[in-house]
Amino acid sequence: MNHPYRVLAIALLLVLVGGVAGFGLKPYPIYLISQWAVYTISAIGLNLTLGYAGQISLAQASFVGIGAYATALLMPHGVPFGVTLVIGAAISFILGVLLGFPALRVQGHYLAFVTLALATIAFLVFRNESWLTNGTSGIDKIVRPFPFTSDLAYLWLCLGSLAIVTLGTWWLLRSPWGRAFLALRENPVRASSLGVDVRMYTLLAFAIGAALGGVSGALFAPLGQYIEPAEFALPLSFSLLLMVVVGGSGSFLGPFLGAMVAVALPEVLRSFQDYYLVIYGVMVILLLVFSPDGLVGLIERAVRRRPVAAPAEPAK
Amino acid sequence: MSVVLEARDLHRHFGGVKAVNGVSFQVEEGEILGVIGPNGSGKSTLFNCLLGQIPPSMGQVFLDGKDVTGMKPIALSRRGVSRTFQLLQVFPQLSARENLILAGQEHIGSRMKRLFGKPDAGLTGAADRMLEQFKLSHVAALPAGGLSYGQQKLLDAAMAFMAGPRLVLLDEPAGGVNLSLLGSFRERLRAMNAEGGSTFVVIEHNMDFVMSLCTRVMCIAEGKVIANGKPEDVRNDPTVIEAYLGH
Repeated sequence: MNHPYRVLAIALLLVLVGGVAGFGLKPYPIYLISQWAVYTISAIGLNLTLGYAGQISLAQASFVGIGAYATALLMPHGVPFGVTLVIGAAISFILGVLLGFPALRVQGHYLAFVTLALATIAFLVFRNESWLTNGTSGIDKIVRPFPFTSDLAYLWLCLGSLAIVTLGTWWLLRSPWGRAFLALRENPVRASSLGVDVRMYTLLAFAIGAALGGVSGALFAPLGQYIEPAEFALPLSFSLLLMVVVGGSGSFLGPFLGAMVAVALPEVLRSFQDYYLVIYGVMVILLLVFSPDGLVGLIERAVRRRPVAAPAEPAK
Repeated sequence: MSVVLEARDLHRHFGGVKAVNGVSFQVEEGEILGVIGPNGSGKSTLFNCLLGQIPPSMGQVFLDGKDVTGMKPIALSRRGVSRTFQLLQVFPQLSARENLILAGQEHIGSRMKRLFGKPDAGLTGAADRMLEQFKLSHVAALPAGGLSYGQQKLLDAAMAFMAGPRLVLLDEPAGGVNLSLLGSFRERLRAMNAEGGSTFVVIEHNMDFVMSLCTRVMCIAEGKVIANGKPEDVRNDPTVIEAYLGH
């Protein structure tokens, strides 16, 4: 499963299956698959920051919010969707760089708190700066960009974007940059003695992760065609963090699976109503106890344990 | 012969503890300088001061005649200074080959070129040659964390050579490497010194290893240089024997 082409093929296959399935589905399931694609993009970004580069961030929802508000606010002024998406991603990228600076000084829990502060500030801006964001009333009647106005066409836009993000991230992680991000996570002191610019890569890890959050937000706004500040508050940050961890932090397919669980589980557990979150919580705890590397780790172990005819002793 | 590294009256104090207390020395191009001394004599702190891990309290460090005192490790790395650490420092989740590619990649081209260039930055060949030289070819694809301690130690040293460094500081390279490997490891280091034209400073406790590898040996005790000269002379120096036995 670690083979670079294999994980890319599996990821793109998932996207393709989602796109084909759209033909036979009703609007609600189509909406869910679109949502999966949007969350996956955001989780891929967080996985880059957290899983690969080892920098915890609780502010990913803020970047989704920035992307969403940029699109919702600029499109009515005639700015094309593609441009609003780039603007949302660019603002997120810049804020991501700024968020990276504290990470040069503090790590672990302390870094979590710093990013928590940014998440709180961003939420307060979305909620209180009504002149810009229309406050708690939110923004409605967000139009979808032509020609992706139907539910099915918009699904394809989301999946197409996910495919591009997947390819880009795959390239990035396979490049020397990916290796440098891992070095940053595993041993920054040794990395810098080998000439790895730890400072620059830390900032880049935050910025690229944040920019993907912005892209995800740009797609998020026209999907539901309505946004309000609470959607981009802390619960979304935690939810994205869970997607990364449940899927498998630091593994390429982790965000795809994690986002799938996050989108599908509420539907599957719908009949349990209020108990849904309790059940979700218990499942996450059990998963992490038995498989700290998430669903991907669980699947990898299952595949490896499968009896093989040839001598099954794995190379140590 | 030009002087590659020079320390001038280096001091490093931790509160009242004078870990490095006025050390001066020069290393000439192509030398292998051994640094010996009892535990706690200040060898590692001296290394850390030379390499920017911790700034010296006083004194200066010159590299090729330029003042590099307190310069960050990354900047020194760009100037061709490389090191290994006393405690093992490989990247356990990367394969042995990937560890070596990582050790070399940041010295090739610009960051942007690396992003859009080859995934291995064109270093697979060089990494495989290095693995062969350090007798690690058979474990090239395995995660470094799964190698034996001695193998990781060799890999750690090999990484220090990937960028074709001008000066390499090795902190206890032989520690934990098994006896049968030590001889070939020493020959490999000598060959690296001769072929690569790089200069070494080696901290080491294994006397036989130091005496047979180094061209010159310096002994440190209580933060001061107490002997500096040919390996045999230093070994037989009464103050050196006293420093070791006295502790």
